[in-house]
Parts: sequence; structure tokens; C-alpha cells
Amino acid sequence: MDLIANNKRDVKKSDGNGTLLSVRNLSAHFFTEEGIVRAVQDVGFSIRRGRTLALVGESGCGKTATALSIMRLVPAPQGKIISGQIVFEERSLLDLNEKEMREIRGNRIAMIFQEPMSSLNPVYAVGDQIAEAIKVHQKKGRKEAWADVVEMLRAVGIADPRRRVREYPHQMSSGMCQRVMIAMAVSCEPVLLIADEPTTALDVTTQGKILDLLDELQRQNGMSVLLITHDLGVVAQRADDVAVMYASRIVETAGSRRLFAEPLHPYTQGLWESLPRLGFKGRRLRTIPGAVPEPLRFPAGCKFHPRCPKGRSDERCRSVEPELREVEAGRRVACWHARGYEESQSVKCKV
Amino acid sequence: MHDGLLQVEGLKTYFPIRKGLLRRTVGYIKAVDGVSFTIKAGQTLGLVGESGCGKTTLARSIVRLVSVTEGRVVFDGRDVLSAGGDELRRLRGEIGLVFQDSYGSLNPRMTVGDIVGEPLKVWGEIGRSEVAERVGALLSKVGLSRHCINRYPHEFSGGQRQRVGVARALALGPKLVICDEPVSSLDVSIQAQILNLLKDLQEEFGLTFLFIAHDLAVVEFFCDVVAVMFMGRIVEQSPAKELYRNPLHPYTRTLISAVPRAEPGVQRPRKLFRTEPLEGSKGVFRRDAQGVLNCLSGCAFYPECPERQEKCLRRMPELDEKEYRRGHYVACWKS
Repeated sequence: MDLIANNKRDVKKSDGNGTLLSVRNLSAHFFTEEGIVRAVQDVGFSIRRGRTLALVGESGCGKTATALSIMRLVPAPQGKIISGQIVFEERSLLDLNEKEMREIRGNRIAMIFQEPMSSLNPVYAVGDQIAEAIKVHQKKGRKEAWADVVEMLRAVGIADPRRRVREYPHQMSSGMCQRVMIAMAVSCEPVLLIADEPTTALDVTTQGKILDLLDELQRQNGMSVLLITHDLGVVAQRADDVAVMYASRIVETAGSRRLFAEPLHPYTQGLWESLPRLGFKGRRLRTIPGAVPEPLRFPAGCKFHPRCPKGRSDERCRSVEPELREVEAGRRVACWHARGYEESQSVKCKV
Repeated sequence: MHDGLLQVEGLKTYFPIRKGLLRRTVGYIKAVDGVSFTIKAGQTLGLVGESGCGKTTLARSIVRLVSVTEGRVVFDGRDVLSAGGDELRRLRGEIGLVFQDSYGSLNPRMTVGDIVGEPLKVWGEIGRSEVAERVGALLSKVGLSRHCINRYPHEFSGGQRQRVGVARALALGPKLVICDEPVSSLDVSIQAQILNLLKDLQEEFGLTFLFIAHDLAVVEFFCDVVAVMFMGRIVEQSPAKELYRNPLHPYTRTLISAVPRAEPGVQRPRKLFRTEPLEGSKGVFRRDAQGVLNCLSGCAFYPECPERQEKCLRRMPELDEKEYRRGHYVACWKS
């Protein structure tokens, strides 16, 4: 396969700053019987070519809804993208019709879903499922596609791929299914891979193998990765940039090293401190009091204020929601109390 | 090993594989295959291992939720496996259980008050008003308001439901609490709350824990002693800090180095496993349905072990055959 040759061409036609995908002011809502769930609110970030951006946050914070918005797979009719812009390779994804979108989805942008076992179709052999994408997008014949599939399975480290292609998902372990998912996702040599909790259901040793595999694929063909996870260890290992989400909004973004060295938002700080690490000495863990607010009952003002050591008693935090501002080059944060926040400009106006 | 609150000796739990019209037993899945350990009163033993290694079956065997094939379980001086009827029920009252799936383990049709109060009612030793009183006290102990009594499990978040599970486990004042992955389905910020809660309760009531988890950092933080399980057997057991400082079994080392550190720039070592195929030695290995190579005799880790030698194929040493340092046991020839 000419993975490398293909992407060299891509790099050439990239725009000046090397941005592959940029998401601006994205909002997606779900209209349910109980009310409007604002799953994604005013979210913005960009992913550079060949780099990995990690989207971090706890369950229900809107990570997956953001990913589905990029793929334009927000389940209709309850779910709807309300506003915003998604620019991928200088094309606005939200303005494409379904046919044009289908050419991008699975081909230029691929996604690995959570829970490999339930994302694969149980009644088709895994080979058929991977071959489908190759046949559709690359217009290859059955024989040719199958040869590609065997090659793909070998590339993702499945032993005896010739036999394995004919097997069904239930005959494989969850680690293997995840490899099959990855093989399917990268089979059309996408330039952007969205990996939604790719290792959450796996054991640490299997997780290690899958992360190494992603690493290698990325190095080989220079694709960008949007990594969605709540595992800070995985973030530290794999991400170049990190965006932290809380209650449907991005509260902080920065380069991985800087974020781990000095988190600015109180939520990020709390998250970092509540994580038990190997070699931790204390008797108690630091915790964030309370729980993540339910999407139908978001508090007014900064959504983190009821759990925040600084915001609980601050009138401004309770009434006015802070927007994301660039406090240093490449560092954005949405907190009234963050260092340098007051003096900074909103990032919203300079799109 | 010394006397403790819970002593497990040579415990084996096999599940028969039945096939054919007559459902004849054609073999066994050795979920727990000769496990021995002791937990001293007030201590916490952590059990780590990957999914399918037999951790949960071991826990269920101890309270006899599955039938045990062989071995001895002594709890507080009494033999659990030979206990019957009333005696067994009393024993189970002294062992609390907290499960991983906080949603699945709470009956959705019962109010929180009923769930936590049920063990008290089953014992029938106290009146109804006293049950309500106790339930209220238990709920506030685990950090829930007394007003929760009339609410149903679905009205709570995952962390709160796990608190209900903890309150139920504590209802009869157990000496031992078995926690089966109590925090693995919770978010990071909630996980820390529950871990702190369990620590506080341990201090207050002098509880003893058997703590099952796959997250090594959580186990190191929470436990005094850690036992590493692999394919139904304990391959290494050691005081928690010592284990992470000085892991001896190649499997433990693989496990620890596979944990991604939450520090950018600290790289995990690559190539944790041997990948070159095993040569010759037919009849020693069998590939199972998942394509994983199983070793029929000797050490189960052999196919993936970076330090394997001839000897390992013949027999795996017993855990207590080698005490590396005080309290640090390892079932490996090489270490």
C-alpha cells in the first residue's frame, strides 16, 4: 500500500499554518421530551496536520457529541447542529450535501467508536466489514479489496490474518475487535482519525499495544488524530495538544506538556489532583466536591462554580459565564480567576 | 503465612465445559486454580489482573456464590465451605459486597431505603422504625442525605449509586468487605470521592477489605498488600509499595510498565512482549477460541514471557516456595 506516497501529496496542498480541521463556535442540541439538552456549546478548536489533539472530560460532557458533529452523524431528528463552522481541508463540512459528506466520511475522516464489540456487525465476517469501505471509497473490486483487508489486518498486528478475515466479531477478543475497528478506520488512509475512547474497555497491556499501533500508523502516514478520552495517562502519552471539556464547553486548551505542568482552570487542576498515580504517597486523594451537573439543569454563570473552590462564593462566577480567552500564546482558558484572564481578549471575535 | 481474618488455601473453582447431546463434560475452565492468601484484620488486600484472570470468580467463591471445586476458606476461625444453612447466612452477614456495576446491582424497582434496609429486615432482629433509623444513619455515613430514602436508583448519578451500594454492604456491620472493581466505572473526580469514602469507613469501623481492581495506580493507593493474578493463579504477592518499587514476576513488570503515566515525555517502554513464534514443543500449547496460546503444563505466562527458560515448561513454582523479601512472594523461577 502506498500510504506514505499518498499523504506526501496531501501535505503539499495543506494551507500555510498546517491546520487540517478547525471547529468554530460549534453548538449541537438534542431536543428531548424533558427539554433541550445543550450537548455541545460554543466549542472551538483546531487540529494540526500529523498531530494529535486530545479531547478530555468526564462522561456526559459532550466529547462524543462533538465528534459526531464533525462526522455529521448527530442522530436526527432529536439531535441538531445549531450553529458553528467546521472547516476541513478548506471545505466547510456543514455546507456539504449528504452525498459530498459521504465521500469524506470513512474516506478522508474516519472514526473508531467506543465499545468495539457492539460497533461491529455481528452477522458479517470482519473481512466483509472492512472490505465494504474499501470497495465503496476506493472503487476496488472484490478480490483486490480482500487482498487489502488481509494486508490491513496484518498491519494492525493480527496474527494469521488470512484465517481471521473470515471470522465473526464474537470469535474475537475485545482487543482484537478494537484492532479490526482500527483496520477498518485506516483502510482508506484517512487524513483525520477520530478515536472515541479507543482503549477504555481494554486491559492495560492490550491498551499499550493499541496505543503503540496508533502511534506507528500515525508516524507512517502522517494522519492527524482527534483522541477522545477521559484517561489522563493516555492523554499524556499520546497527545500534542489537549482540550478539556466540562459541561458541554471547552474550559481550557494548551499544549500537552504545558497543561500537565501547570493547569490553569480549577476544573483541570481538580481533575489532575484527583488522579491516583503510581508512587503517590498521601493517605487521601484530593477531590472535586459534588458531581457533574446534568445537561438539563446546568447552573447559571460558570457551570463549574458550584464545585469550584474560588467560584462558589464569587458573585461574578455565579452569574456570568466566562468565555474562552487566549491568556498566553497557544493557551486558552475560560475562568475569571485564571492568571491573565482579565487582561486577555476573547478568542471568539478573531475567527 | 499467618493467621488472619480471612484465610484462603488452595482454592480451586473449575467450570465444566459441556458438549454434545448428553451434555457430557469434555473439560474444565480453571477460573481459579489453586489460590492461597491471608488477609489480616484491618488490612486491605488488593487483587489485580486483567479481565478474565479469575478475580471476580475468586471473590464469588469466597462467599460461595459459585460452588468451589477444592480448597479451604476460613473466615474468622470458621470454615466457610462446609458451613450450611443458618451458619452460612450468618457468615454472609459478616462479609459485605460492593459490585462494579452500580446500576445492575441495585434493584430498579426498590427505593434506596428498601435496598439498604433489606439485609436488616432479613435478619429480623430489629423493628421497622429502627430499620428506618439505621438506614438513615448509614446513608449519612456514606455521604448521602437522609431524604434519599424514598428515591429510586435511576434518580442518582453513578457515584451516588455506588455510595448506596457501599451503604448496603455496611448494613449488617460486616468485618470484611469485598469490593469488586468499585470505582472502575466511575469518572476520575468521582472515583477519588469513593476511594476516600472507603478509606474513611475503614478507619471508623476497622474494616478489612478485599479490593479487586485492574487499575494499578488505584490499587497502589488503596491497598496494604497486593496480589497479582494471572490465568487463575496468584503469581506475585507483596506489600503495595514494595511491589511497585520492585516488581519481580515478568508479568507484573509487564503490567506495571504498560500503565500510561500521566506525565508527558515519560515514555512507556515498547515491545513489552515476546512476539517471535514458539518453536517446536508440540502438545505443550493449545490455542483457545480467542487465538491465545495456552500452556498446558508449567507457567501460563510462558508464551509471552521475555525471560522464559526450559524449566518453566515443566512446572510453575508455588507462590510460597520463594519468599524474596519479607512478605514478598513470587511464583517464578527466574526472579
